[in-house]
Amino acid sequence: MRWLAIFAALAFVPASARAEEQALHLTQAPGVDVVEGHCGACHSLEYVPMNSPFLDAAHWDAEVAKMIEAFGAPIDPADAKTIGDYLKENYGG
Amino acid sequence: MITRRGLLEAAGGALAFGGGGALTAPARGAGSTNSGLLWLSPLLPAGTRANAALDTLPGKKPLIRLTSRPPNYEAPLAYLRTAITPNDEFFVRYHLADIPQIDAGTWKLNLGGEGANGGLQIGLDELKKLPTFEVAAVCQCSGNRRGLFQPHVAGVQWGFGAMGCARWKGARLKDVLDLVGLNKDAVEVVFDGADGPILDRTPDLVKSLPVWKAIEETTLVAYEMNGEPLPHWNGFPARIVVPGWTATYWVKHVTSIAAVTKPFDGFWMKMAYRIPAGKFPLVARFISQETAVTTPITEIVVNSLITSPNDGTRVKPGHKTSISGIAWDGGYGISTVEVSADGGKSWTEAALGEDPGKFAFRPWSYDFTPVARGKLALTARATNKIGQIQTREPIPNPAGYNNNVVQSVTLDVS
Repeated sequence: MRWLAIFAALAFVPASARAEEQALHLTQAPGVDVVEGHCGACHSLEYVPMNSPFLDAAHWDAEVAKMIEAFGAPIDPADAKTIGDYLKENYGG
Repeated sequence: MITRRGLLEAAGGALAFGGGGALTAPARGAGSTNSGLLWLSPLLPAGTRANAALDTLPGKKPLIRLTSRPPNYEAPLAYLRTAITPNDEFFVRYHLADIPQIDAGTWKLNLGGEGANGGLQIGLDELKKLPTFEVAAVCQCSGNRRGLFQPHVAGVQWGFGAMGCARWKGARLKDVLDLVGLNKDAVEVVFDGADGPILDRTPDLVKSLPVWKAIEETTLVAYEMNGEPLPHWNGFPARIVVPGWTATYWVKHVTSIAAVTKPFDGFWMKMAYRIPAGKFPLVARFISQETAVTTPITEIVVNSLITSPNDGTRVKPGHKTSISGIAWDGGYGISTVEVSADGGKSWTEAALGEDPGKFAFRPWSYDFTPVARGKLALTARATNKIGQIQTREPIPNPAGYNNNVVQSVTLDVS
């Protein structure tokens, strides 16, 4: 259900925009697919490098928590941890 | 999960282009031919500097793209050298990525709320029948210059260009509200636009104003910008214009205006766009939304920008040189702009240029002749007519709002 929702969200974005966003390659590291799937459902991935490398571990965790709690992102705890770990490891400050 | 609220609400039948798809920023890189436009402050985060690029949205000149979905594009410094910013050079800012194209012929504006004496739906023709009012006013994102805060705070990492100044024309919001009648117990007026979130669980951008501000004669439901219909990216066919206040209240693609009898408690009022109470020297208050700890951001803080020459420009010793820029505030009017060539020990008054009105950019210029070879740092600061002055150090706040730290450019005298 969750992935169906994300797929549906992605499907709303025109191909041209997706094509451009694919050109932004996040650092290839464990968890990048989960980050792209969840974060990219609602916004372009530029938000990640744009907010780097100054957010420390606690602040990246806070960003992930905000997306879930304030913005309603359907991310289960295991994926949230994967996303947080990826961001801290690859875009942490 | 997917909300099409925006589309449905924009109806009596406004339709999106592309079969109901959210319109997002297409890939049209302007490339390196405009590289002079892409000046990025060295104070911005490294990741921002590495990823920001010139990009051309439909109907716009190249802007500096920070994010493409939702589109957040700022104006290069070179677009901010005049009192009035052309529509195709005006910045673009969205919170949420579902942005429908709206058909002016079917667009409807819903009026009502429990604080109003009834409800009504009007179209663009009916809005245009109301008396017109035009005002030149700065539209500035609350978070303009967020990227220059040290330490950095999370958010869209704006440089100097999340702002512009246009001549906005439309109906007074007061006259629009009079169509349904505002009751005495109304405390706020709430605005929603046709754009919305991708997920229905994401809070839609809904904003409110205190009644006193909503009925000020300069607060508009605007449908023209610099003599033309609003560009799509700036809120076509109508947006709220709140001269003096930051752009968070300037709801684009407005579809609903509701008077309410209790403070509106949506996410974008209660949780976002708030500043620590008492830290900023602001006059305008939004009392129904204040807490002991925070207050909604309200008016634009006094500010200035050096737009020419660019940082690092080489100038010749013994030759007359001119630096110029703009100054603005929350509508009290600029009284002076001063320039310092000695790190702020002494200041000399710059000449003020055309005055399109107290809510607008005020151009200024300062001529001088550099003597000594070497690096020459020039700093500008503005003071407004109620004595507010730009700060020398940022006033810390969690979301990086109201950055009006004096700006410097360093010239190479050689």
